[in-house]
Amino acid sequence: MTLLMALLKRKSVALSLLFILIVVVAAVFAPWLAPYDPTEQFFDGLTIEGAPLPPNSDFYFGTDLLGRDLLSRIIYGARTSLIIGVVSNGIAVIIGTLVGVTAGFVRGWTGSLLMRFTDLMMSFPALLLAIALAAILRPSLWIVALVIAMVNWVQIARVIYSETISIAAKDFVAVERTIGASSLRILFSHLLPHLLPTILVWATLGISTTVLLEATLSFLGVGVQPPMPSWGNIIFESQTYFTSALWLVLFPGVAIIALSLSFNLVGDALRDELDPTLKGRL
Amino acid sequence: MAWYVTKRLFYAVLILLGVTFITYFLMYLIPADPARQIAGRSATVEVVANIRHQLGLDLPFYQQYLRYLGNLLQGDLGRSYVQRSQVSDLMAARIGPTLQLMAAGIGVELVIGITLGIVAAIKRNSALDRMLMAFSFIGVSSPHFIAAMLALYFFAVKLGWFPLGGYGGIEHLLLPAITLGVLGSGWYSRMVRSSMIDVLHQDFIRTARAKGLTRVRVLLRHVLPNAIIPVIPMIGIDIGIFMSGLVVVESVFGWPGIGQLAWQAIQQVDIPIIVGVTTLSAVAIVVGNLIADIAVLFVDPRIDVKHS
Repeated sequence: MTLLMALLKRKSVALSLLFILIVVVAAVFAPWLAPYDPTEQFFDGLTIEGAPLPPNSDFYFGTDLLGRDLLSRIIYGARTSLIIGVVSNGIAVIIGTLVGVTAGFVRGWTGSLLMRFTDLMMSFPALLLAIALAAILRPSLWIVALVIAMVNWVQIARVIYSETISIAAKDFVAVERTIGASSLRILFSHLLPHLLPTILVWATLGISTTVLLEATLSFLGVGVQPPMPSWGNIIFESQTYFTSALWLVLFPGVAIIALSLSFNLVGDALRDELDPTLKGRL
Repeated sequence: MAWYVTKRLFYAVLILLGVTFITYFLMYLIPADPARQIAGRSATVEVVANIRHQLGLDLPFYQQYLRYLGNLLQGDLGRSYVQRSQVSDLMAARIGPTLQLMAAGIGVELVIGITLGIVAAIKRNSALDRMLMAFSFIGVSSPHFIAAMLALYFFAVKLGWFPLGGYGGIEHLLLPAITLGVLGSGWYSRMVRSSMIDVLHQDFIRTARAKGLTRVRVLLRHVLPNAIIPVIPMIGIDIGIFMSGLVVVESVFGWPGIGQLAWQAIQQVDIPIIVGVTTLSAVAIVVGNLIADIAVLFVDPRIDVKHS
């Protein structure tokens, strides 16, 4: 609670949390909030020449190339972004924590093997590896979530690894050992609680990276597939028209940037609050 | 030092071996049968079997991998499904424009990132500092494709300051390079800012001020050279992030580089090209990191190579 209060004191964080809340509400209540069916192609949704309509009183955000309501597509697209953001990043945090803690706590052969593998994964550009995987696996919503998790756990593993090593080297862990505590007891009652802040920070910051990666994959056509709306594939579908229909890029684009920025700001503030030695420096 | 460099080189080779193993595994995962792709639809079973044998597809997994590795060492990345030519030839024809854009983009990143970082550190906790850091935050939170499309719309379509994409002289290069540079500069400005603040708090800075040096002189002679060192390994790491941005920026601006090649391959599900570009980028990252790690030794003699 005190943490939440401290976070809300920062204006940028309060705004970010508000925006995240709006997106969550939009995602959960999409069928009630969206003015139209996101996949319905309206007869009066296109001009006589067949071009998309700019924002007007019937379609607040305008329509897309097929005469579908853009606002409804963006509201439903919030679902896609959030599901992938939370599920995919959840998987990445779990894998990253498992790998990092194991490598840092067990050390020896297993540890160095795991970390060498992490280094190896780090030498791939995340987007390209994700593209290659997605192109081979033929994307669906869950495959995209999995693919993003498979490239995003690496950073988390690195951070958790070095954190685990520094905690395991502290005196109180050595004291625990001398009074006969088992490795498992040290792991669960000392290491994990101390790692929790770091995990929490990355669970937040990672959603931002995940949202960006999903949007980019969908923009390239290997992410979430139309007709299921995602903020990235709305732009993918309309990229050839964007010079004449800017609203098709602007609205979903601003939504992506705002969501990613919000999670970034909240994560950064969390890191500041949870690690007072860094305050105001990073 | 020689020992450290040798060890580091050996490690880079090891990582490169691992990289090839993963890219080979990716190729192995492809559901389509390359022999059938090459033979065409009307080929008889014998013809397909023949091609399979020629390509070595009937060998066990590890032998196929060794064969792939051998080919890779000779610069053979396989054949494109759609374009019917060698992936390495397709990439070689496009490496020039990509290197051009990379050099320009990383240049813009460094100039903007370092300048903003210095200004923010000097004026830390002021309104200006908060504004600059907010700017860098927005930069690193924005996907490249949106920034590229908006930049193209406002600066090329509306204002007409730049051509509408394509390849050519400096006027074609500027907008994509600035887009890449502005988005990527956030990492540098945040890092330079915190490393500047670190250095500013150290004793030798106070000594320099106490012996009567001017503020500007202390900044230029003592703070900056120290604060800028972490930028070098950062460039090594940045190559990876930058490569991802290139795919998107090149395709939006119609820049005929490797990134656009990858984008076209994605649209046609031409997996050998995608894997080829991934391999090349991974090699670039490993080599970039190696160079950065060794370069920083020469710049900063304080680094203790015996214990790192």
